Amino acid sequence: MSGKTVHIGCGAGFAGDRWDAAIPIVATLATREGPRYLMYETLAERTLALAQQAKIEDPSKGYSPYLERILRPVLAKAKESGIRVVSNFGAANPTAGAKRILEMAKEDGIADLKVAVVEGDDLTTVMTEGDIRGHKAVEGLAMPEGKLVAANVYLGAQAIADALAMGADVVVVGRCADPALALGPLIHEHGWTLDDLDRIAAGTMCGHLLECGAQVTGGYFADPGYKDVPDFGHVGFPIAEVQADGTVTITKADKTGGLVSHRTVKEQLLYEMHDPGNYLTPDVVLDITGVAIEEVGPDRVRITGAKGKQRPPTLKATVSFEGGWLGEGEITYAGPNARRRAELAIDVLRTRARDLGTNWPLRFDLIGTVSTFDGDGGDLRSGSDWNDDGEYRVRMATKGPDKQIAQWIADEVLSLYCSGPAGGGGVRHRIVPQITTASILVDRARVSASARLVEESA
Amino acid sequence: MADTTDAKNRRILRVPLHEVAHGRTGDKGNRSNISLIPYHDAAFPYLREQVTETAVKEHFAHKGASAVTRYELPTFPAFNFVIDDVLEGGVNGALNLDTHGKSFAFHLLAMEVDMPEDLVLHPEKGVR
Repeated sequence: MSGKTVHIGCGAGFAGDRWDAAIPIVATLATREGPRYLMYETLAERTLALAQQAKIEDPSKGYSPYLERILRPVLAKAKESGIRVVSNFGAANPTAGAKRILEMAKEDGIADLKVAVVEGDDLTTVMTEGDIRGHKAVEGLAMPEGKLVAANVYLGAQAIADALAMGADVVVVGRCADPALALGPLIHEHGWTLDDLDRIAAGTMCGHLLECGAQVTGGYFADPGYKDVPDFGHVGFPIAEVQADGTVTITKADKTGGLVSHRTVKEQLLYEMHDPGNYLTPDVVLDITGVAIEEVGPDRVRITGAKGKQRPPTLKATVSFEGGWLGEGEITYAGPNARRRAELAIDVLRTRARDLGTNWPLRFDLIGTVSTFDGDGGDLRSGSDWNDDGEYRVRMATKGPDKQIAQWIADEVLSLYCSGPAGGGGVRHRIVPQITTASILVDRARVSASARLVEESA
Repeated sequence: MADTTDAKNRRILRVPLHEVAHGRTGDKGNRSNISLIPYHDAAFPYLREQVTETAVKEHFAHKGASAVTRYELPTFPAFNFVIDDVLEGGVNGALNLDTHGKSFAFHLLAMEVDMPEDLVLHPEKGVR
């Protein structure tokens, strides 16, 4: 068995993550031996649909709008140190993303950068809209109405490994299973094959622990007095060290804050997981029920014992549709009798929306009570007593197909300045185009993933 | 009110789950999952007895929860609760403020349980 250790750092856990998180990761990896990788996960369901719309407007766009912001600060140092980059920041247009990276390399004087793309996730290139709509939606949502914007299948890790075998310094992927961003490099470096189920399971678990960035190093964990995280403002992003036998050790970038403990690892391991004995991915069905989680040093946690079962016969895809318009607005009432003035504002907004003659759904929240926990009906709030005095922020939300009506309803919050209860302040109101999404399961035979190196455009 | 004690003569406190365990919410479609990880491993059987699928469904009834599945991981130890139809349409469809339901773990952690004093982080916060 090979004795080499593969290091994989994660520089982003979502599209809006910190622009500079990868800098300490690359600085740390530059001091380590052996194969080293930097992954970024940047592609939420909605993000890809927006990228698809951008690509339709301009064929040179459609990759992640954050690509340059997160990659450019580390690209030269990564190339110089032999650290290879794998990310789904290709979004709806990996080729355009790859070309932008090659341009950046030229502008920054980085020589011989090899960039590859992974393609095959865009279902609209191999299926008709009717065919896509003919699939049953899963995860408890119905197939939405509206115009189809995007349909992308979650690819597995093999094509990423293939891109690395072609010598790519940067692999630009669109939609893939998030853990594949780590599993691809591990397949390539350790020579694992997809039928080696327990190794593939370990690599998938590793990717799952890394894919949300700081969520395994103290981010989204800190709870003062209960779960304290040192130097939290400088929370370091994670690095995994992976042995050929599938042993994973999670640590973090040097000279950063944050915490890697058995508790940070457990919270992230179960994040977005349903049955922990059967976590479905394109490459394996992962079983984490028997894993051992050991703190083996300061900010070092070793995880062993992931088990793999045969991968599912279908691949999951996210389908996105134009979903009309959300209108929302907020206004604050503070001081004596604030709650009753806020409740009166809600009454006024309800009356005005009704007078507009719409039957759009309306939701009202009183922020400062139980607005995040409550249902659309407001049962939790009405079931408790609240102080009349204090500070309360009214929030109204509505949605429907028509932009103008959404604007009219949202504007009613602004109008409270002169026509609402006394002392309202701090209005924010807006309308937002909506993308509705659903998940479907697609026959593997309909999908083919492939890797290719991209040449610099002339 | 007189303290309640168990067979080992330990005080039993009524506390929010937050004094006993921590957790995190994830979302997929119209479903939430919430992990529940005790600070003391010995709290696991007490949680298993009290934080049942029925109790959690009731706790999220106002959000329209239609079913709850509890997965047990006795060696972590931890639980994972999967709550169906609780997101009012999910991240891209709901009118609520927290469309992911990210705050839900802390709604679960507000649920009250009876727990021996030595398994509670801050016994002074007990309400019994």
